[in-house]
Parts: sequence; C-alpha cells; structure tokens
Amino acid sequence: METILKASGIIKYFNEPEPFKVLNNVSFEVNKGEFLAITGKSGCGKSTLLYILSTMDTNFEGELEIKGEHLHGWTQNALAAFRNENLGFVFQFHYLLPEFTALKNVMLPALKLARYSKEEVEARAMEKLRMVGMDGFAKKLSSRLSGGQQQRVAIARALINDPAIIMGDEPTGNLDKANSVKVFDIFRQLAKENHQTIITVTHDADFAAGTDHIVEMQDGQIIRA
Amino acid sequence: MNWRLAFDIAVTHLVTKKKQSLVAMLGVTFGISMFLVMISFMTGVNQFLENMAMDNTPHIRIYNPVEVKHTSIIGTYRRDSSTWYVVRHQRPKDDLPKIKNALFISNQLEKLPEVTGVAPQVSSQVFFNNGPVQIPGNISGIDVKKQELLFSLDKKMDEGSLEDLLKGSDVIVMGRGLADKVSVKVGDRVSVTTPEGYNFILKVGGIFSFGITTLDDTKSYATLSTVQKILQRDPSYITELNLKLKDMQSAKVFAGQLKKQMPNVYFEDWEQANSSILAGEKIRDIMTGVVSFTLLLVAGFGIYNIMNMNIINKMKDIAILKATGFQGKDITAIFLFQSVIIGVLGGLLGLLVGFLFSYLLSITPFPEGTFFRISTFPVNFLPLHYIMGVLFGFVTTLFAGYFPSKKAAKVDPVQIIRG
Repeated sequence: METILKASGIIKYFNEPEPFKVLNNVSFEVNKGEFLAITGKSGCGKSTLLYILSTMDTNFEGELEIKGEHLHGWTQNALAAFRNENLGFVFQFHYLLPEFTALKNVMLPALKLARYSKEEVEARAMEKLRMVGMDGFAKKLSSRLSGGQQQRVAIARALINDPAIIMGDEPTGNLDKANSVKVFDIFRQLAKENHQTIITVTHDADFAAGTDHIVEMQDGQIIRA
Repeated sequence: MNWRLAFDIAVTHLVTKKKQSLVAMLGVTFGISMFLVMISFMTGVNQFLENMAMDNTPHIRIYNPVEVKHTSIIGTYRRDSSTWYVVRHQRPKDDLPKIKNALFISNQLEKLPEVTGVAPQVSSQVFFNNGPVQIPGNISGIDVKKQELLFSLDKKMDEGSLEDLLKGSDVIVMGRGLADKVSVKVGDRVSVTTPEGYNFILKVGGIFSFGITTLDDTKSYATLSTVQKILQRDPSYITELNLKLKDMQSAKVFAGQLKKQMPNVYFEDWEQANSSILAGEKIRDIMTGVVSFTLLLVAGFGIYNIMNMNIINKMKDIAILKATGFQGKDITAIFLFQSVIIGVLGGLLGLLVGFLFSYLLSITPFPEGTFFRISTFPVNFLPLHYIMGVLFGFVTTLFAGYFPSKKAAKVDPVQIIRG
C-alpha cells in the first residue's frame, strides 16, 4: 500500500473575530486507491483541513506531502500547476462556469494542462461525461442543468486530467437521495476500478458508511482514524 | 501560458453578456469619435486660417513707414560736440514713403539663393467717389507677372482676370465689398481721389474676393505704371517690396540679416503680420490636446469601472478556475483580453462614427461671417488622426484593464468557495 498523501502536525488559526485555533496538530496518511471520508460536527475543522490538503490554503503550520512532493513553501502559481495535474475537486455547490457548455466546462482544466490536442481533450471529456452518465447533455449550457446533473458534470471535470487524488467538500450536500446515490456509486467505481484516491468531507452518514475508511474530527483534532 | 485559451475564455465572457460589453464599448466609441471630430475640425480651421493668411501675406515685406525720426538733424550733425541738443515738437521731413533704389534692391534680392522672387508694389490710400460720397480704400500698383508668379491674387478673381489689368490702360480690379460699396460692376468707370487731391478715372476690369472682409472691402489693384501715374510720381517710385522665400520658416532670421544690411527700411515677416492668427492657432492646438486627453481619460475610467464590476461579478468563476489549476497570470490574461477587445472594437466603431460626423460637418454650410467667408466648415481628413484614434483606444483600455486584471489574479479561491 503506497502512501499518496501525508499530513503532519497541521496547525491553523482563524484570526477573526479573535485568534482561534481551528486545527490542532492534525496528522494522518492516505493510501493510494483509498476511498476516505472525513466526518464530524459542524465547525470541527474538517472543511478547513480539506482546503489545506487541496493546496489552495497555504496559511498553516505543518507539513503536507502529496505523491512524494513536499509542498510547503511552494508559490501560488506552482501549486496551481500541481493541482492542475494531480488533483480534482468537487464542491458542495456545483461551481460550473455558467457561460460554458457542460463539455467545455469539463475540457477547460485539460486545455490548461495542454498535454493533449484540442480534439483529444474533447474526446476524453466526452468519455468522462459518459462515465458519469451525462454525455447526452454535453452541448447544453451548464446553467440549464439541474443540480444533480451539474454535480455529475463537476465530477467529470474533476476527472479530466486523471488526477491521483479527487477531493470533495460535501459533494452530496445539496443533492436529493437519488442523486446522492448516483454520485456515491461513481466515486466507488473510481476508487475500485481506476485506483484513484478519493477524500471527501461529508455529513451524510450513509455516504460515509460506504467508504473504505472514516476519519472523525472534533474541535480541530482527529478523534478516530 | 496558453494565450489562445485565455482569449477563448475572454470572448465567451464578452459574448454571454452582450449588452454589458456593448455599453463598455460605447464609452470608448464616444471618446474616440469625439476626439476625431475635434481634431479634424481644429486642424481644418488652423489650416484654413493659415492658408488664408499665407495667401495674402508675403514672407517678408519691405516698406518705408512715415514716422518721426527721433534723432534731430542738429544732433546728427554735431555729434562730436559736448552740448546736448533738445528739439521740441520736431516735425517730420516731407519724406516720401518710397524705398530708395527700390528696383536695384529688388534685383539684388532676387539673386539671393534663399529668395524665390520679389514683387514690387506702390500703394496709396485713395477715396473712391460714388457720386458725392467718398469711400476710403487703397490702391496697390503691382507687377502683374511677378504677382501671379509669387502670390495667388489671380486665383481670387471672381469676375474678370488679373491679366485684364494689362489690356488697355488705367484698369483697376476691386475687392467685392469695395465694388459693392462704390456700386460698380465690371465694365463701369470709377473715379478715385488721392490724398494730394489728384482725381483719376479708372475702368473696372475685374472683381476679386479673398474671403477676408477687411481686404475685400478696401483693396484694389492696378498696374505699377497706372498707380504711379495717379500719384503723379516717376517710375522709380516703389513703396514696398514683397519677398517670397524658398523656406518660409526661415523668414524671421533672414529678415534680421537683411535688416543689418538695409537699416533704413522696415522689415515685416509673415509671423509678425499674422501674429493674431498664429496665436489663435496655438490656443486651438492646446485646447484640442487638453480636450482629447480628457475625453480619452474619461473613456478609460469608464472601462476601468466596468472591468472592476465585471471582475467582482466573476469572483466565483475566478475561484473555480484557480481551483482547477489556472494560475494568476492566466486570470490576468483573460481579463486583460476582455478589456483590450472592448477597446479595439469600441475604437474601430469610434473611427466609423467619427468619420461620419466629420463628414456631416464638412458639408454643413458655414454661417456668413463678418471676418471671413467660407462655404462649409473646414474639416481635415488625415489618416494619421485615425491611426492615433485607434492607438489611443487600445492603449487606454490596456491601462484601464490592467489594474483590475492584476487584482483579479490575486483572488483567494478558498475565501470565495467557502463563502
């Protein structure tokens, strides 16, 4: 079992309204191909932790290692490039770009990576949309899709560059039961068949129960790994 | 750095919000079209006035004004004595306003390399008699061939031609305003009276108009010999020499040099003669510059505002792009492209609108004035102005968009996504 992500001694403060220690010396490891859920009550710091793991939040103390790379001290631009290639995100709200079609939304991160030609990127994007069952909606403007449909397109976008880790911040938080199940099944399949690592923060007990590994947090600390 | 991709995203943004993009464009369009109309009109006016002035002004005018000389004869004669002579109420000698050795001087001047030609003139105030009424004016005797060569009086003839002065004797051509005041037409006879009291009858051979009321209402021309005859002077009587130079910009300096060699006559260069027109030109140029700059500044602020608002509205999108791996410079490029596209399109539209308005102005009749006449508003159409217009549009929007775009790049995705 290969360690794909390692967090050591993460400490983070919020400064408003007054200094508050939101993460208190958090350390844990994630193996490749694991489907991990981070759970805990509201305010325990799980989303804060996720954003640190995502490399988007660099304001913390401690060490973060992904795919063997020590990411502490990297510039914003370097981290953006790293994210582009190795990480995929799914947020609670769909956060697709409204002016673009579903297909274009999925293509953008790959066009930025510029590893494949435009035609190849389009083909791969269609493939990912097929994987999430949204290929029929490829040319529709994302703003015209329903919540569940948008979330599935968002997952396809997270997958476009075949990232090592997919991170989700309450990915089913805004979905009904049927759609939540669909999303869960997609994640399950990705972990099992593609050996991609999935780390999600979730409130959804049923969702968490289906994962390989649950990390429970309380008051900025891990209480169950 | 994927410019193509940034451009693609910028265009999608602009096309999705067509109305907003159009409004932004209109700011630039307005600024540039007004700039064009203004500069076309102002330079048109300047050029028109300059041409008008230059048509009537020799580069250097040499003449002999009748003025009191401040040195008395005794003072000049007894310069060596230690006595200080004071003469009160000195009267001027009955000096003729003629230039001594005018023809000789004229020939010498024509030989100089800087001089294109010299046209001699003999001028005098006269009264034109319209029955019992006397209308003041002046008559200038000219060398017709030289005058045609060096100056453009022959082009200002409304009726008759300058050559008519040479056909027959005692022929006169008059300014339109003057002819109207004296109530004469081509072919009529007109009677003039000189200051010395001599009367003379002349035949009206033609009518000219310079378009300048002060000239058209008072001036008339005849041959040198005719006027010398009217004034009862000999053929050597010349009152002014009008020089045309190869390089008119050197007039002032050249006149200064000549003055040293000919201290007894007066030199007036064209800049002196037209100082009010030239001063007006300078003022118009400054005004054009200031107003243009302000117009473009305002257009620039418009773009700046719109881009700022645009970016605030797009914070979420920026955060998502950054989350999926777009870098700060990609974001800057996207918004800078938006800004520049607005600027270029708005600018091109501005050129079109500016041209349209300039054209409309150029066919608008100009109100009949008391100072000069012109049929329509003078408008210049210079490609340089149009190139300047588009360039200004581009540069203004580049600057206006740069700062908001840089700010957009610094957006913190976590803050936006987490709310």
